[in-house]
Amino acid sequence: MTDFEVPVLTVKNLNKQYGPGCFKCRGGESASLVKNYCQVCGTVYACRNVSFDVFPGEVLGIVGESGSGKSTLMQCLYFDQEVTSGEAYVSDYENGEKNLFQESSQQKRYIRNHIMGKVYQNPLLGLRMNFSSIGNIAEKLIAAGNNHVGMMESRGTELLNKVHIPVHRRKEAPKNFSGGMQQRVQIAKALSNHPPLLLLDEVTTGLDLSVQASVLDLIKGLQRELGISIVLVSHDLGVIRMLADRTLVMLEGKVIEQGLTDRILEDPQHPYTQLLVHSLL
Amino acid sequence: MKAGEQVEPILKIQGLSKSFNLHNLGKHIRAVSQVAMELREGEFVGITGKSGSGKSTILKCIYGTYRIEEGSICYHSEKFGAVNLAKATERQVLYLRKHEIGYVSQFLNVMPRTTARQLVTQAILEMNEDQRFADRETEKILSHFELAQELWDSYPTTFSGGEKLRLNIARAMVKKPRLLLLDEPTASLDHDSKLKVKQLIEQLIEEGTTMLGIFHDLEFMNNLCDREYNMENGVFSHAGFTDS
Repeated sequence: MTDFEVPVLTVKNLNKQYGPGCFKCRGGESASLVKNYCQVCGTVYACRNVSFDVFPGEVLGIVGESGSGKSTLMQCLYFDQEVTSGEAYVSDYENGEKNLFQESSQQKRYIRNHIMGKVYQNPLLGLRMNFSSIGNIAEKLIAAGNNHVGMMESRGTELLNKVHIPVHRRKEAPKNFSGGMQQRVQIAKALSNHPPLLLLDEVTTGLDLSVQASVLDLIKGLQRELGISIVLVSHDLGVIRMLADRTLVMLEGKVIEQGLTDRILEDPQHPYTQLLVHSLL
Repeated sequence: MKAGEQVEPILKIQGLSKSFNLHNLGKHIRAVSQVAMELREGEFVGITGKSGSGKSTILKCIYGTYRIEEGSICYHSEKFGAVNLAKATERQVLYLRKHEIGYVSQFLNVMPRTTARQLVTQAILEMNEDQRFADRETEKILSHFELAQELWDSYPTTFSGGEKLRLNIARAMVKKPRLLLLDEPTASLDHDSKLKVKQLIEQLIEEGTTMLGIFHDLEFMNNLCDREYNMENGVFSHAGFTDS
């Protein structure tokens, strides 16, 4: 049984720590650690040896409690943060042969703009609140080397249309928009350069149910129509169940369990996963 | 009289055991021990037994919803050849679910805000068919399953139990799976709906679909199954041909 698919994204042994680490806690496993915090030197081990693959057209869910390292992982993948160590390969970049984390910042910018799109939980991080909505999209298009105003205008309108932002509000700034609309502008922005990989960090957290539904429907539709691979971080198991094919469960910076989403939900193995699943309403 | 005597079985289960370790409750529950069975192409095999005897566990192990703890389930795939489902990768299982193995339970697990028509169309599109083909096949199967036309474009959450079930079977059937797992598809249905399901199953038998089903209703089973297994406390207590 050989592999019949090539992953879009491969992450190997990603580590991220805040703090230098001391002789007591180095290596990540020691008595001085409380959860993932070293009591001696105060180092936080946010991601510990995280490895996974994302395949074409698939939605990979990541669940875990607050502080388990989900967002740090996403920030590392989008180069918002430097990793401490680890490797990541994207099949659309240099045939998946180059470790993204060792590329120059110029190359990293290229990858961010051409191969990935990211939607942040907090729209303040993902959007310029005072720019117009279409300007936000244009910014990303320009970053990817476009300079034709007409083209950017039509692409921007097309994208805002796709995420159901009324055309006549395209020149309005996102600060005037509701939370759900801001998330949708972020999604439009993330999609602007046809990225094969989308990173979604808690996109529906804090939205009311009906708005959450419209954002989820949008994501599902995009995935189906465009065949984009998505890494979806959420602590909402309902969202994961609806969207994800496979799921990783994180705890204290480590991946403690991974598998088919229905298997995680119906036959969880790890005590924490069982606790999580049994907490589902 | 068994047609497929010399053919390689499409599914072969050996020494299957499964237990659940509930860490937070400090409990260990054994669901199935040392189960072995074979399923040949075109056969319809039934599993009977009391609630809690481990019937569904077997189906869920085959479908990959449960992690296989011990033993092997060898499935003869069109794409991969012989696959031990206990060792298959997650992506292989996902592929098989999309293309080769169907699962029907008594509950309809649907995406919210998805109409009956979309639900079936999506199942076809998953197999990389084009939209026009999917639309045509969807209409064909929905009318075939006698789902009232005014329901096609409404949400299945409002359907009756029988309608949901028929939609559920339609969605699984439209993919023409090589192996169909039926998890008590007739439970909680009235007599007429049961008959309809029965007719559908008869038709599937004629079309040569291999099926493994769990039924409570023994009478219902006896007229259809080639063979049946009876489960008691996680083991097969009796296996044989239904006509013997």
